[in-house]
Amino acid sequence: MTAISMTVNGKAVSADVEDRTLLVHFIRDHLHLTGTHVGCDTSQCGACVVHVDGRAIKSCTMLAAQADGATVMTIEGLAKDGKLHPVQEAFREHHGLQCGFCTPGMIMTAVDIIRRKPALDEKTIREELEGNICRCTGYHNIVKAIAAAAGAKA
Amino acid sequence: MTATGIGAPVKRKEDFRFITGNGHYTDDLNRPGQTYGYFVRSPHAHAKIKGIDSAVAATMPGVLSILTGKDLAADGLGPLICGWLVHSKDGNPMKVGPHPALAVDRVRYVGDHVAIVIAETYAEAKDAAEQVNVDYDVLPAVIDGAVAHRPQAPQIHDEAPRNLAFDWELGLKDETDAAFKNAAHVTRLTLANNRLIPNAMEPRAAIGEYDKGSGHTTLWTTSQNPHVARLVLSAFVQLAPENKLRVIAPDVGGGFGSKIFIYPEETVVAWASRKVGRPVKWTAERSESFLADAHGRDHHTHAELALDKDGKFLALRVKTIANLGAYLSTFASSVPTYLYGTLLSGQYAIPAIYVEVDGVYTNTAPVDAYRGAGRPEATFVVERIVEEAAREMKIDPAELRRRNFIRTFPHQTPVIMAYDIGDYEASLDKALKAIDYQGFAKRRAEAEARSKKRGIGFSAYIEACGIAPSAAVGSLGAGVGLWESAEVRVNPTGSIEVLTGSHSHGQGHETTFAQLVSDRLGVPLESIEIVHGDTDKVQFGMGTYGSRSGSVGMSAISKALDKIEAKAKKIASHLLEAAADDIVLKDGKFTVAGTDKSITFQELSLAAYVGHKFPTSEIEPGLKEGAFYDPTNFTFPAGCHICEVEIDPDTGVTRIVKFVAVDDFGTIINPMIVEGQVHGGIAQGIGQAMLEHGVYDPETGQLVTGSFMDYCMPRADDLPSFEIGMTMTKCPSNPLGMKGCGEAGAIAAPAAVINAITDALGRDIAMPTTPERVWRALNEPKLAAE
Repeated sequence: MTAISMTVNGKAVSADVEDRTLLVHFIRDHLHLTGTHVGCDTSQCGACVVHVDGRAIKSCTMLAAQADGATVMTIEGLAKDGKLHPVQEAFREHHGLQCGFCTPGMIMTAVDIIRRKPALDEKTIREELEGNICRCTGYHNIVKAIAAAAGAKA
Repeated sequence: MTATGIGAPVKRKEDFRFITGNGHYTDDLNRPGQTYGYFVRSPHAHAKIKGIDSAVAATMPGVLSILTGKDLAADGLGPLICGWLVHSKDGNPMKVGPHPALAVDRVRYVGDHVAIVIAETYAEAKDAAEQVNVDYDVLPAVIDGAVAHRPQAPQIHDEAPRNLAFDWELGLKDETDAAFKNAAHVTRLTLANNRLIPNAMEPRAAIGEYDKGSGHTTLWTTSQNPHVARLVLSAFVQLAPENKLRVIAPDVGGGFGSKIFIYPEETVVAWASRKVGRPVKWTAERSESFLADAHGRDHHTHAELALDKDGKFLALRVKTIANLGAYLSTFASSVPTYLYGTLLSGQYAIPAIYVEVDGVYTNTAPVDAYRGAGRPEATFVVERIVEEAAREMKIDPAELRRRNFIRTFPHQTPVIMAYDIGDYEASLDKALKAIDYQGFAKRRAEAEARSKKRGIGFSAYIEACGIAPSAAVGSLGAGVGLWESAEVRVNPTGSIEVLTGSHSHGQGHETTFAQLVSDRLGVPLESIEIVHGDTDKVQFGMGTYGSRSGSVGMSAISKALDKIEAKAKKIASHLLEAAADDIVLKDGKFTVAGTDKSITFQELSLAAYVGHKFPTSEIEPGLKEGAFYDPTNFTFPAGCHICEVEIDPDTGVTRIVKFVAVDDFGTIINPMIVEGQVHGGIAQGIGQAMLEHGVYDPETGQLVTGSFMDYCMPRADDLPSFEIGMTMTKCPSNPLGMKGCGEAGAIAAPAAVINAITDALGRDIAMPTTPERVWRALNEPKLAAE
């Protein structure tokens, strides 16, 4: 067992976890933040994307122990003071989700893309989404939503 | 049109919980005292089980129980069933090999279920499962449908000699043969419809919980049709009496058909909770989804089209081998027969059609309905062969289609279906305009100048949805009726709950169904809740698949709303002291026609429940009505998709330059949601055409494409943005005029893409058109010549 502490969505948390516990399982099973999803077992689908120290990472690819001392934000922490983040708003406005399962990872990735890329055209957005799989939308409206959110920021 | 009624692009009511991470998928739920199950699966494609030694595993930390097929049989649980009885040419029923939820003495595909280990934690269950020692006697395996019923092939089920489940036929054999004798031209095509693995993003999951006191079992599961699951598990599998079994399908993360079926895992988890006396949870790892979710498609087909000298179609003859996998899944037999052969007339007047389908067992995962289910396979045959015929006869492919379109309705095809309405030329014309067909020759020449190859391809598809009158499907072998139910409950405050037997797993029913209610009753969307996915709340329902929730599910709601309106008007007549016939319901108010006397819907709702002002001996208090709606015909969505591609001959990389879809879905409730459905369908269709392929090793029967690293799911940068257009002929057979939109893209797109790529290549190519295959198609003839 390993003792870990971190800040998740602004709250200090600590726990003793099995060494092999993945960050995503710590988030889902210990913190009961079930908005972060597990869609595969090979780090391909991106349903588990969260922010660790401000960067998007696949939380199935990191041990909880590796996030010891880190600041983590999950989809549940994105809306502030009851106000949706512009990317969340954009996904709703542009019908960027259907079943909703990939959506938290998509949104967390999109926030990171917009942060990193000053100018976003359709081609760049599509390339940047390489690590996130959606089976419902054909990406058409996800791309539109991210472009709109990026435009709103600029 | 009101701002929230029928036709309005309302933003979805369900989105808030999903974009904030507050959805409740099955794996998000945990029950007090919950344990975890992990399945021991067969590593072999075909083997005898000589023994299962779980002595070591049973002593491992946290292990509570290890259960096998013998335990299941000892408790009297029967095999899983196939719910559609198909007959062979000789009149004999299909040959069904038993499908126990846990194998007893034989395993028949890699991933087949051998035992379940139940432990305190998931990791403990998984660790112990690795120590369950199964003694296998490995047998030869066969994975290819075309090989499986050769005499020397390994025999998979004793019940089905030469692995043949059925040899089925439909249509006019003699007339078809005669027409070929008189044909001026015959086009022949051999093709494969590649095996697909559905991969809804949420893996399947289940929690079983048995309450000893009441004897009730509750099953939370990732199902598209919880009532059908309950019916099958109680009536056939004998898991529990129907009144003692509750099935809940909460938020479900995509289905595409793969969550229709009643699978071993859900069955075992529910039963195991009774054995261990605690809730048991199982969530598939993606690798398990690849191995054990029902796959889709997998046909080998030879087709022949007879034409006269002017290109008029005279007859179509089709012979298909359908790979059914190791067991007959819940609706497996209907997919390559009644959902396939019946659509082979496409949008065309073809006087004679004859189709034969051999359904064969192989040592692969069961094959069942996947988005489109039979209709993509039919469309691929028809639209590929029509395109080839046009090329051979040097007739413009749009023109050849035009010459053969059905133009008068109703139209009886030679393969059961009676098309009720459509305007195929309208969708073709609109699509031609959108793709700028006139300008294609110029674009091709311009690409040629850059040493690139351009191609354009059509797919004028038709599908049959809203399946269908119960008596009709019953006569074709369906074990269930295919109606839908609805209950509309108006609360005293005027808010409304609609209970529906449809199930939403991405389709947006919470919004579109509410739009219908808002449109009819003038109640704001916020006051309307759509309740679905719980057999304790909704009395019965057939679930969501086959694009049926609009045309069948909403028709049931519409029927219930008729009853609500009729009763409300009776009550209003007393409150407003007027004849019920003079009461008009508009904008959420009941008004006496031609006067300003009115009462709001909210006021009426309260009056209905307090019962003070109308004779309750004549009119019962309360305002709640239910309805069952049985369709009078299938619905026939149709349209035209056109794809333009550009190929780089140096690398074989194919880029979709433009994809245009023009569809006729009848009445549209929410165009934003409908377009989203089309986008997703096209992406899956392009996936089939260019990227996806479920591959088994022919020697060992191992699934080679067992993860997202090997099975190519469409990513954002594999796809273009799509151009969507609509035409509209209202469906005459249901009250709202709806046809269905969920599958169109997956049905139409593969033929459009392959027609475009073969146009660019000047030769045939198999799906998926990977860069390697495209490069070989372009360069191998050249290399061979050199």
